[in-house]
Formats: sequence, C-alpha cells, structure tokens
Amino acid sequence: MTDFDVRNPTRRGVLAGGGSLLVSFSLLSRAFAQEGEVQMTEPPAQPKPELPGSLSGDPLLDAWIRIDAKGEISVFTGKAELGQGVKTALLQIAAEELEVDPAGIRLITADTGQTPNEGYTAGSQSMQNSGTAIRHAAAQVREILIGQAAARWQVPAEELRAENGRVIRQDGQALDYGALVSDQILHVEAAPQSKLKQPGTFRVMGQPMRRVDIPAKVTGTPIYVHDLRLPNMVHARVVRPPRPGATLAELDTSVVEGMPGVVSVVRNGSFLAVVAEREFQAVQAMRALEATARWSGGTTLPDPADFIRSLKNLPSQEGVVAEQGQGGASSAQTFQATFTRPYQIHGSIGPSCAVAVLENGTTTVWSHTQGVYPDRDAISEMLGVPAEQVRVIHVEGSGCYGHNGADDAAADAALIAQAVPGRPVRLQWMREQEHAWEPYGPAMLTEVRASLDPSGRIVEWNYDLWSNTHTTRPGPAGSLIAAQSLPTPFRLPPAKLSITPSGNGDRNAVPLYAIPNMRVIWHFLPEMPLRVSALRALGAYANVFSIESTMDELALMAKADPVEFRLRHMEDPRGRAVIEAAAEDFNWSSDPLPEGRGRGFAFARYKNHAAYLAMALEVEVERESGRVRVVRVSAAIDSGEIVNPDGIRNQTEGGILQATSWTLYESVTFDQKGITSLDWSSYPILRFGAVPERVNVRIIDRPGEPFLGTGEAAQGPTPAAIGNAIRNATGKRLYDIPFRAEKVKAAIGV
Amino acid sequence: MKAGGVLAGAVVVLLLAAAAFYAFAWRSEIDPVDPTAQARFDPALVKRGADLAAIGNCNVCHTAPGGEPFAGGLGIPTPFGTIYSTNITPDPETGIGRWSEAAFVRAMREGVNREGQHLYPAFPYDHYTNVSDEDDKAIYAYLMTRKAVAASPPPNELDFPFNWRVLLAGWKALYFREGPLQPDPGRPEEWNRGRYLVEGLSHCGACHTPRNRLGAEKKDELFAGAEVENWTVYPINGNSPAPVPWDVESLTFYLRHGWHELHGASRGSMSPVTANLGSVPEADARAIATYVADVMGRPSQERVARGEAALAAARKESEAPLAIRANAGSGGMGEAIFLSACQGCHDGRRPVPFGGLNLHLSSAVNAPNAQNIINVVLFGLPAAKGEPSAIMPAYHGVLKEDQLVALLDYMRERFSDKPAWTDTRERVAATMSGTREVPIYRMDGATQAPPETSMRTTPWP
Amino acid sequence: MAVTLTVNGKARQVDADPETPLLYVLRDHLELNGAKYGCGIGQCGACTVMVDGTAVMSCVTPLLLLEGRQVTTVEGLGTLDKPGPMQQAFIEEQAAQCGYCIPGMMMRAQALLQADPGASEAAIRAHLEPNLCRCGTHMRIVKAVLRAGELMRQNSQGGGAT
Repeated sequence: MTDFDVRNPTRRGVLAGGGSLLVSFSLLSRAFAQEGEVQMTEPPAQPKPELPGSLSGDPLLDAWIRIDAKGEISVFTGKAELGQGVKTALLQIAAEELEVDPAGIRLITADTGQTPNEGYTAGSQSMQNSGTAIRHAAAQVREILIGQAAARWQVPAEELRAENGRVIRQDGQALDYGALVSDQILHVEAAPQSKLKQPGTFRVMGQPMRRVDIPAKVTGTPIYVHDLRLPNMVHARVVRPPRPGATLAELDTSVVEGMPGVVSVVRNGSFLAVVAEREFQAVQAMRALEATARWSGGTTLPDPADFIRSLKNLPSQEGVVAEQGQGGASSAQTFQATFTRPYQIHGSIGPSCAVAVLENGTTTVWSHTQGVYPDRDAISEMLGVPAEQVRVIHVEGSGCYGHNGADDAAADAALIAQAVPGRPVRLQWMREQEHAWEPYGPAMLTEVRASLDPSGRIVEWNYDLWSNTHTTRPGPAGSLIAAQSLPTPFRLPPAKLSITPSGNGDRNAVPLYAIPNMRVIWHFLPEMPLRVSALRALGAYANVFSIESTMDELALMAKADPVEFRLRHMEDPRGRAVIEAAAEDFNWSSDPLPEGRGRGFAFARYKNHAAYLAMALEVEVERESGRVRVVRVSAAIDSGEIVNPDGIRNQTEGGILQATSWTLYESVTFDQKGITSLDWSSYPILRFGAVPERVNVRIIDRPGEPFLGTGEAAQGPTPAAIGNAIRNATGKRLYDIPFRAEKVKAAIGV
Repeated sequence: MKAGGVLAGAVVVLLLAAAAFYAFAWRSEIDPVDPTAQARFDPALVKRGADLAAIGNCNVCHTAPGGEPFAGGLGIPTPFGTIYSTNITPDPETGIGRWSEAAFVRAMREGVNREGQHLYPAFPYDHYTNVSDEDDKAIYAYLMTRKAVAASPPPNELDFPFNWRVLLAGWKALYFREGPLQPDPGRPEEWNRGRYLVEGLSHCGACHTPRNRLGAEKKDELFAGAEVENWTVYPINGNSPAPVPWDVESLTFYLRHGWHELHGASRGSMSPVTANLGSVPEADARAIATYVADVMGRPSQERVARGEAALAAARKESEAPLAIRANAGSGGMGEAIFLSACQGCHDGRRPVPFGGLNLHLSSAVNAPNAQNIINVVLFGLPAAKGEPSAIMPAYHGVLKEDQLVALLDYMRERFSDKPAWTDTRERVAATMSGTREVPIYRMDGATQAPPETSMRTTPWP
Repeated sequence: MAVTLTVNGKARQVDADPETPLLYVLRDHLELNGAKYGCGIGQCGACTVMVDGTAVMSCVTPLLLLEGRQVTTVEGLGTLDKPGPMQQAFIEEQAAQCGYCIPGMMMRAQALLQADPGASEAAIRAHLEPNLCRCGTHMRIVKAVLRAGELMRQNSQGGGAT
C-alpha cells in the first residue's frame, strides 16, 4: 500500500470495525504528511515503513510520553494549539490509551527544545499525524507498563489490566505507574502495530470534553504570547516601508532617541525598529520614526483594474493534476464558465506578536507560529548561527488560519533581541502591518467545461486553474520579511510547481464524483505580485467553489435535483452518507420558497482523502440592495473516528461562518503604490448583524476509522452553497467572489 | 332678542364657512383598480423609476428599521406628533396595490390619497408636486413591481386638531403651490435638470430649509439650514459652513460616494441620501450639484483664500503630525483630550474615508452649534454592512459631560474662526441623557453599493 | 501624571503619560490580560471594557479621562476558581475558538445585561455589532450571552445553583 490513488480512497487501509485492533497507515513520513504545505517538499518515492502518524519521524516512545517516579505523566506533541482545540483532543487520546484522567497529564506543545518535530500545525492533519502517533505511543506505553507489572508479579500479562494510572491484577493488587517506570524503560522505538482500545470501551475519546484552554481565556489568565511578561522585558515596534522591497534611504533618529522610555533604535539595512521600556512609548516612538523615515524604490504592484482576469496572461507552467479517459465522449449538453477569487487575508483578530531574548548565546523566541522547527531554521539562517542556538517555543496567539504574520513577527523579535542582549523583547505588529504584510490567500481564476451525456450523467470534465503557489512558509530565511530587509538581503526562493496528492493551489481541483473522462490542469504562476501563502484550505476554497457551482448548473441542465444529481455520481459511501445527512437535517426539498429566498447545496471531501463535508443552506437576497444574508445552515461532517465531537462542531461552525464572510465581503484592495486595505474599515468582515439564525452540524461517527481532521473541511463547500442558493433565489449565478451587494444587484437588476 | 339674533346669525355664518371650507377641502375618491389586471411594465420604465425613487429617497421614509422595503411603519417625529409612513408596496389591502396610475400621480402632485384624503406634508408633496407626469409614471411602474408586503403602519400619534386631515386643506391654501415645475429658458439644461430634481424628487429643502410654526418651509430662507431629528442640517446657500467652498466637482463626488477628501463623510440622515445617489446615473448627481453650487453662489475671494489657508493647515499637519504635539500645551483639558483621543485618526495622514477628516476642513466645527460633533463623538460612525466604509468608535461612556464640553470648546476655538458656541453644555447633557434622541445611521459604504434598505441602526452603547 | 482609578473594585494609582490609552494601562501597567490589542482604533472591540458600567473601547480611552472612575475588566467578572455567570456561561457553551475576541465580547455583553437583564437575542446581536470575531464563533457567543442572562437572573432571584 505504497501508492496513493486519488480516485480510489477505499484502497487505503481502514479498520474493518470490531475485532482486530491493529492499525497501520499509509501516510507515513513527516515530509509526506506535509506535502502541499511546504515548498519544495516532494513525497518520498519509497515512504519509510511503517510507523503510525508522526512516530515515523520520531520513533522513540519517550519523545512523546514520559512518566516519572511519582507517576506524573508528560505528553509531548509537535503540534500547536491554534484555538482549534487540539490540546484537548490530544489529551483525550493520550488519557484514553494510558488509562488515566486527562487532568493528570501535562501536555507540552511545539517547542524546538522539547518536543518532536511535526512540521506545521496545518493542513488539518494534527489528528492524523500527532493524534495517531500519541495514540499508538500511549497504547504501547501502557502495554510496556503492564509487561513490567507482569514480570514483577510473575503472572501472564493477559491477566492484568490498566486503570486509573495503575496496573491491576485479578486479585485486586495494584501498582502505580510511578512504581513501574525505570530509567530507560520508555526509551525504545515504537512498534509498527499497537493494541488500541476498542471504541466501545472509550471513557474519554468521543466525549465532548470541555476545552482545557477556555477557562483561562475567559478569566484573563495569561495564556497568549501577548500576555507573556518576563523580567526586564522591553517593548518593540517595527517600522515597515510603504511597499515591499523599498529600501531605507534616510532616517533621522534624533527625535525618537529623545523620547521618554526609548531604549534604542534598531536599524539593520532596511530593517527598522524601536525599543522602549513601556508599550505605549514604543508605539509613540514608532509613529515618530515612521514620520522621519524616507524610503525609496520597492515593488510596483499591478494595476488592480481587471487584475484577476489578467492572471491568464502571466507566465505559467502547466502541471497535469489528473488525466483519465479518452475524451471524445458523446455529450448532449455542455456547461462552461470562468470563476474567480481575489486575494483574501487571514485577518487574525490579534495582530502577530512574539517575545525573544538573546541569552548565553541562545536566542529563545516565544511565538504563535504554526511551525516552530521550520521557523527556527529560518531564523537561525537569518541570524547566521547554527540551528541549536535558536529555540522557538509555541505560545498561543489569536487564530491564524494559515501562514499569517506570526513567523515574521518571531523573526522581527529575534533580530531586535540581538540588539539588546539579555533583555526580552516583546514585539507586537500593528493592525495595519498585519493587514499589509501578512501573506494572502492567492487570487485564482478557474475555467470549467463539463458535459452531460443524454442520460444526464457527467461524461467529460475539463478544469483549468491559474494560481500562484499557496505556500511560501519558512522554510528558508528568504521567506521572512526581516531577512529580506537586511543589508545583504535573503531572497524568497522561486516557487516551484509541485503536484502532490494533498494539493496546493490544485487542492481539491479533482472532483470526487465518478466521471469517466477528466482533465485537470494547474497553470502554475511563479510570479507573485502580492505576497501569498497558505490560507485555510489553500486552493480548495476556489476549486470546490467552481466544481460545486458547476454541479448545480449541470443538475439544472439534467433537470435533476441538486442533491440527487450529486448522489448520482457519488460512489464513495461515506460521501453519500454526508450528502444524505445534510439534506435530511436541512429538510431539503424543491418546495417553493418565499420571494428572495433560495436554497443551495455543496459537497467536498477535503483533499479528496480527508474529511467529508456536505452542507445545505438558505439565503435571503434583498432585492432592493443586493445584500445577501445566510439564513440557516445544515452541515454534515465525517472526520473519521471522533475524538471530541464538540471540537468538530465548533471548528465546522467557525469554518462556515468564516468562509461566509470571505464569500460575501472579502477582497484585498491595492493600487500600484501599495496595499490599500489596511484595517477593518477598508476590509470589512462579517459582523453580528449578518450572522445566520441557525447553524446545525451533524457529525457522523466512524469508530475505528483513521482520524481525518476537521478544520478546513467547510471552506470549499461554503462559497458554492451560497452561490447555488443565490442562483436558486434569483435565477442568477455569480462567478466572482466576493458577492458584494453591488455585484448581486447588478446581476438581479431592478 | 337682538343678542339671540346676533348669536343665531353668527352660528349660521360659521356653519356656512365650515360648509364652504369643507367643500373647498373635499377631494374625490379615485376608483380602485384590480391589481392583477395591471398592465405589465416596460423594464426600461421600471429601471428609470428605480433611479427616480432613489433620488426621491422613497425607501428611507417608507421602510421601518428591520422592516421590508417600502412597507412603511417608520415613525417620523414632528412638532405636532409622530406620523407613521405608509405601505407603498403593491399589496392590495395594506399597500397601494389598488391605486391607479392617476391616483398615484395625484398623490404626488396634490398630496391627496386614492380615497380623497389629504396627506400630511411629512410626505413632501410640496416638493414632489414639481415632478413631471412622465417621471411619476416611471416611479409608479417601479413601485407596482416591488414585492407586495402585507403590513399596516401604526396609527399616527397626533394631537387634536392635527389629527383632522381636512384642516390640511387650509395648510395647503397657505403654503402649497402645485407643480409641475417649468424650466427657466434662460438657464443651461443641466442647471434646469438640477433644479427640477432638487426642488422636486430630492426635496433637499425639506431638511435644508427651516420651517415655520405650522411646519411649512420658510420661503424667504431657502436652504438656510435647519435642525432635523437632532442633527444639524447645514445651509447649502451662501452661508455654507464648509471651510473649503463646495463646487460642482466636489459636490458631485460627495453626493455619489458619501464622502469627500476635503469635506468628510456624510452622516446622520444624509447618509442614506448619498447612498441612494450612489446608485443612480452620474448625470443626475451632477445636475443636482450644478444647481446647488449655483444656490451656494460663487465664493468671494476672501472665502476662497480662507479655504486655501485651511487646506494648507490641514496638509501641514498631515505631513508633520508630531509638530502639533510639540506646539501644544496651552489648550487645557480639551486639547489634551483631542491630542490623545482624536488626533491619531484626525491628523489627516490617512485620507478620508478611511482616515478621519482633519478638522481644519470640517463643516461641523463651523456649524451654528456642536450637535453634529456631539452625535458623532458619542455614537460614532457605525460600519456599513459588508462594504468598506468610514468607521468611528463611540465615545459614549469614555467622556463625561465636562470632558466632552471641554473638548468641543477646544475644537471650536482651534479649528474655527467663529465665536464660541453658547448652548454646548445643554446639548451635551440632553444628548447623553437621551432627552435629545438622535437616530443613528450606518455609514454609507466607500463603494457605490445600493444602500441597505434601512440604514438606521442601534447606537452602540 | 498620576491618576487614581478603580479597577475591578480596587483603587489603583497609575503614573504614566496621560495620553496612554486605557488598554496599555491595563495590560502594561496593571498586568491585566483580558482586554486585548486588536486594532487600536476602535474598529474591532477586542479591547472592550466597562467604564462606570458602560462598554467602551479601551484603546481609544486615554488615561487622562479616568481619574476617579470605575473600570471593570473580565478579571472583575470572576476567577478560574470562581467564575462569574458570564464566564460560566461561556465555559458551558464552549463559546471560544482562539478566544482572543472573547473578553471584549463578554464585557460588551455584561454592559448590555446590566442595563437590560432580559435582553432578547435580537438585542444581543445588535449590541455586539461593534465587536469582531474572525474564527466564526458568533453562534456560540450569542448562546453564551443568553445563558449568562439566565444565570444572572437566577442569581438575582436568589436562585442559587448554576
């Protein structure tokens, strides 16, 4: 089972319910698991056998789990809490297999000084990678402890059981885990197979355990990197140029140096920052520096007029994403259309922040980066020191939804820290800096041409997409703004086209439906006029928007109901299950709706091998103004075996609302001199007045199945469901995101 | 005997007078039409009607906040009580679905409804009378093709004798001159078109002209400014308070976009007006601007010079914002508040609409009173829905009464040459306590999207 | 400039530049983490606290306005060991994803419920308009505020157990 077949997901190893507890996986090495997310990472030709999840990258059990003589358990994960609830879910998994109370486990997250290297917390793979590794490690640790007790008692291991942190024998005698551990007992490599607990016996997995981080968040208890206060700490602000690539030509620091509390002005080439004792002093000093700094040069941005259409004229390299069938099938009707999606922002509600200190030759950085190891590598490369001299520790930030300013803020802080050795530097980006400098979700243009045969089945599917790469993550120092600003600047390495199963700009570009003749091409655009990188779901947002809008048009041509038409082409039983569940929860029908109301449906399996999600929603289109409001939503999701159902529900609701905001309102604006969408007034997002009345999420439990992740599953179907509902309400289809009032009004007329 | 005769005579005279008045006031009912038998309307006519209705701002009064478009129910406060707007959707029972075109034209021209009742001039038929038959027909076509909504407004809350509609005939006799307006042959076409719209559909004078005690516009003070729903409506005659004088270009831009870099953003009840005008052809906005610029008159040399000085001061501050701080210190609490709470956005570094207006350019600071600034400071400028727009936070709760008064006095002193305001404290106290009720409108977006049907919104605090 | 203000019931004296926004006074001087920096210009509400019972954006509230005034932050609504009704409701409804916007939401909601204990769902939605949530937790936030209202009404009726 070494090849990955996009069109035949059932060939992957799955647990056949009940009975056997042996699990093996085909997603293996760390690199393979990260493909699509990282530049220039190819899946290995021959993946390393055969440890589950991230264990293949860190096979020693005590890299993941340690138990001391007092019985205190520490679990290590290379993943980070982003607000998606992963800490809680991992605690549930570990507690389940270790047979302990989750409250008795200390979970240490992403830290280059302590935890395994699991790359990025991205791609909705934390459960798959870390959850799986921890689950197996915990199960194996449990068995080791049982084995220890069996040896000590001289009884067969089968007569013993683990419960509540102890191993118990049939007559009731027990030994605490603490009494059973010894020095190197867990310093062994994991075995490829584990004795996992059966779903019917779960105590905590599958339960809606309350999130361990929420109490701190509602009481102001320090938990964010923004809350870190270290002794002797100073506050810093960077000063960025008016546009990328501009160099600092002139600077008069005299005014700033005299300002109260200013510790120093840091200038390193075109990198400019100011450090002060108090936070507000740093802000005021920054404003003063901004006023005196003179910049020259920099990138000229493209003419925004009709920019997205012009993507087709940029130099491109063609990558074949899928090709099957002979073509030339008999087609009765053909639909073709062009869809577009503008640059959109992550828009983290808390601008990026980091704390860094240079002490005893080591630069320690506390950051909310999604990838502590890659960011550490990039920062050490930037500083020109060995990687061991930089340590990056993850501390929560506000939601990032992909590659936002976090990695850069970490680099900024690290660079500033070099100028004030021994003093921790707290570096906070300003709102306009986050809006202007975070890497955006790339603008995309897609062209679909699909045909039906006389019986109303899709017989041919042609899909072309134009997009930049969706990842410029560090990686290399050249991906960091600070490094690009140095006197000898690091440069962002050229982006390369790479077709991988998880996908990048081509993520979800291949429909999961049974279509005999398919051709999907990614016209890869290496030139990046605006800074871009990974935004939640990557290409899936635009690709599923295009595919699922097309499905509805084809359904109309076939005079079929949109749900029935999808089922007609869906062979995967799990896909069928979510489609049917969403339709049922919504009470899907073709009954007439009041004037201005419409219903829309959409489905996708994220990456074609992760979570399944279908959704139905109802919109109201205000005829006089063109404003669209989502009234109610019914979604059904299959994330494989459920660890925390409330976490799945929370993430899915959140993804739907966020994608609704993207779809109805959001677009980066710029002119040739720079970005002009610099805050919430110039880049509006969803506010409470436009929030739906109801969002239902049905979760389909698949006990024993692999974890499939959740966080990005809703991004693709949401825009399509909205577009389909607008079409249903008004008879008009919109092809260009966002569906702002002006656009909708122009389409529907008076 | 004689006294009884005089009394009887007086009663007879009164009765005759009443009868004569009643006869004078009486209007016929126009027969209802069967809504389903209505002619289908030419789409081009409906589109023209949509534009005209936007210019006429029909949606603003005839939609309740959170209500369906044109279904009425908005309470309009007047000195005589509250009048609720009617349902003008084509609903046959509760709307105007049974009105013939003739009935609609009569309502616009004469201020009489289908049944023959006089309408309260809260419906500005004293302006709409100037609209041509042709335009009335287009608006009729537009309204008749809207979504029919079954909704009845609450009954008007008018004290005696204002609840006697028949008395409106007397009001009309005194103050109403029936149209339509005839063009002035000695003037260019664009000016005439502007006059036709301003005096007609746009009904600018309904807010911008002060009213007498019986609620009629004062003909000798046209466009001299007024106060409407506790917002100061600026003069748009020669007494315009704008530091940089308006001209056709700036007015056209402002009317279509809801903001102008030298004047600020439209707010209060002007917000929906510019939002509506953003959705009609530019030529109409330009015509309105042409006429209004003419009403304002060519600014004197002195006024132009003052405007240039104001602009220069604003530019200087935006280029060197820190210099202001360096020169500060003499303005007391008001200055300290301004520098710490306002200057950051209002120094002019970031242009309107996303940055605050540098107040050297502010009309509000030159207005007869501080009410507009009080409203904006206390309640902010709430974001447009789903559109880029100006946003200003609300300072209600941040500033106490004394602090706001000090701030306002400082602003008047620093940014205006006019004498100090005299009623600031009363206005601040009344607005903070809610005695002066201020309707808050969502901002007009920075793109020209058709406005939300009702831009009224909840005040933030 | 030394200003004395009451924060969560305790008198605090702060010596800082009088222009310092309350947000930085709270975080930097008083080490209270609830109020958050989201934009600094009053567009997002992450910094919302209550001053004399009214919800305000602390990022646009300079210290010089606060002499003698009462500031309430999320830390004043309860603690980890004894969460208050608003906090309890948000925990019950698991109304947070990244959680960054939540203290601002809670303070705005607290001001609303103190003024209008029976606030309807529509009123809650209308009053939360100035506050942004990027994670899309809106549905749960509304539910949590409704629940907080219930808990607060129970408490005031001596209803006891939450």
